[in-house]
Amino acid sequence: MTLSPLPTRPPEAVAAAAKQNTGPARRRRPRPGFIREQLSGWGMITPAAVLLLLFVFLPAILGFGLAFTNARLVSPRPVEFVGTDNFARLFTDPTFWRALLNVTYFAVVVVPVQSALALAMALLINKKFRGVNFFRTIYFLPVVTSMVVVSLLWMFMYRREGLINELLSTFSFGLIQGADWLNDPATAMPAIIALSIWQAAGFHMIIWLAGLQSISGELYEAAQLDGASRWHQFRYVTWPGLKHTRSLVLVTITIQALGLFDQVSVMTQGGPLDSTTTIIYEAVRSGFKQQETSYASAISLVFFVLVLLVSAVQRYLTREKD
Amino acid sequence: MNNQLLLRSAGTMLVRILFAVVAAFPIVFMLVSSLKPDQQIFGDMSSVAAFLPIGNISLDNYAAVFDRVPAARFMINSIGISAVTVVLGIFINSLCAFALSRMEVRGKRIVFAAILATLIVPFQTLALPLVWWVNQLPYFELNGFSLEFSKGWLDTYQVQIIPFIANAFSIYLYHQYFESIPKELDEAARIDGAGWFKIYRQVVMPLAGPATATVAILTFLPAWNSYLWPLMVVQSEELRPVMIGIQYFFQLNVSWGEVMAYASLITVPVVILFIAFQKSFINSIASSGVKG
Repeated sequence: MTLSPLPTRPPEAVAAAAKQNTGPARRRRPRPGFIREQLSGWGMITPAAVLLLLFVFLPAILGFGLAFTNARLVSPRPVEFVGTDNFARLFTDPTFWRALLNVTYFAVVVVPVQSALALAMALLINKKFRGVNFFRTIYFLPVVTSMVVVSLLWMFMYRREGLINELLSTFSFGLIQGADWLNDPATAMPAIIALSIWQAAGFHMIIWLAGLQSISGELYEAAQLDGASRWHQFRYVTWPGLKHTRSLVLVTITIQALGLFDQVSVMTQGGPLDSTTTIIYEAVRSGFKQQETSYASAISLVFFVLVLLVSAVQRYLTREKD
Repeated sequence: MNNQLLLRSAGTMLVRILFAVVAAFPIVFMLVSSLKPDQQIFGDMSSVAAFLPIGNISLDNYAAVFDRVPAARFMINSIGISAVTVVLGIFINSLCAFALSRMEVRGKRIVFAAILATLIVPFQTLALPLVWWVNQLPYFELNGFSLEFSKGWLDTYQVQIIPFIANAFSIYLYHQYFESIPKELDEAARIDGAGWFKIYRQVVMPLAGPATATVAILTFLPAWNSYLWPLMVVQSEELRPVMIGIQYFFQLNVSWGEVMAYASLITVPVVILFIAFQKSFINSIASSGVKG
């Protein structure tokens, strides 16, 4: 490679190049403390980096690899490469398709209903009023309650003679008798959907609230001066102002919905008649109960692809259109 | 205020109360039922008494929980596991973020990008290969004066702690926070002869209170509530955390009042913590949500 003849360069470029040259020249004679800074810097980075490498990167790569083998959790036989056998088995398994359908059903109901309820709650407690902190605390209470506790609690409330049916009967003056919610294939998933929305709406309320508070108050003042009604203020100020929050809430709820597991594991174990089984539940069942690590890794891989797909589609739909 | 406005704000308040009732009634029902014998729980179900601590009230259910299972042991396990994860997590993640944001370390951009890349992998995808992987890891145990070596981390305390210490999101939060602290402070401290670790410990960390509170909360909640992971890696009764403990307790076919007592026992401490730190709690979730 030959250097381009200097005279053809504009003088500014020459000056800039000369300036840049001082950089490496100075580096050749390290400034005091440079080596110590490198050593202590890497010393500080290493603990976290090694842990992430060991417990996130490696299992992720392993999971990808194990999906194409016959690995079992405990097995005397060596791990062998079996190609796409696990995926062939997976895609011909009716339970897997049922799980995919159930998770889709769950997400299709939970995403719009939960995000709308969470937004309604956020709007209710956005402005300062007497007792605002009390309401924020109450609305958020289900979020700090663990899903395992929530599931056991609602299991009790969902019994045939449980609290939910008693409430339904009282409020309908005896007209609605209620179902045996968790033991009926038609009502088991709706029952799980209701408790999931109840538990997590408060979390997304907080994200909406942060979005609402980032909208400038001047916009509302201007809208009021123009005589805009409350609906118009929401339609033309609040809704556009929440654009970024909106896509964030949608993505997080969808990914959480696809990962449905705890509720199913505690309440129904996938039943009745596979009506509540989910992708992660199937993965745990094969990987943990039947110790088929490789098959479970294949399911996990499909789940990961699904998550990537959903976030890609949502990113595309909410992209900047200009 | 004219009548129409008054009516509207009263209406809004009514809706607020309605939402609050829906949010709170199952939890109130749980707490109240934990104080009643089963017969009374079922008897009260059809009236408002289901939500009131009236009638045959006692702490018998709580006593029964401790009699029937080593509930105290489960609680101590969970407290220990969460505390160690939180403390080590704060230390290791902030240290890493300090080097990445405030020092001129060669190659730090690549490291930071790699750390952020781990955020897109949901834990559910990692869980099963991770079980296989921790089962291959070596395990050293000091027995008297001899170091014993065995394979497999299943059924230990460390398997419930070590994989969750380093966290890309905590590093990211600290990184963002450290960027907002003026770098002149470091330079001044260096002129005074302070080393990098001393700057971390005595200059930057004392200013990073809000970030530490956020990381502490966001590490504590999943550690205390964790269920999927211990379900797969813990078998021994004496190593179980509370959430596996309650599932196991439930399978013993005990009375519902006792289940509610156990559920209250593991919920109330978190609720008290939540109410005490309500403000930073909600702010931290809000900021984590918006930036995450």
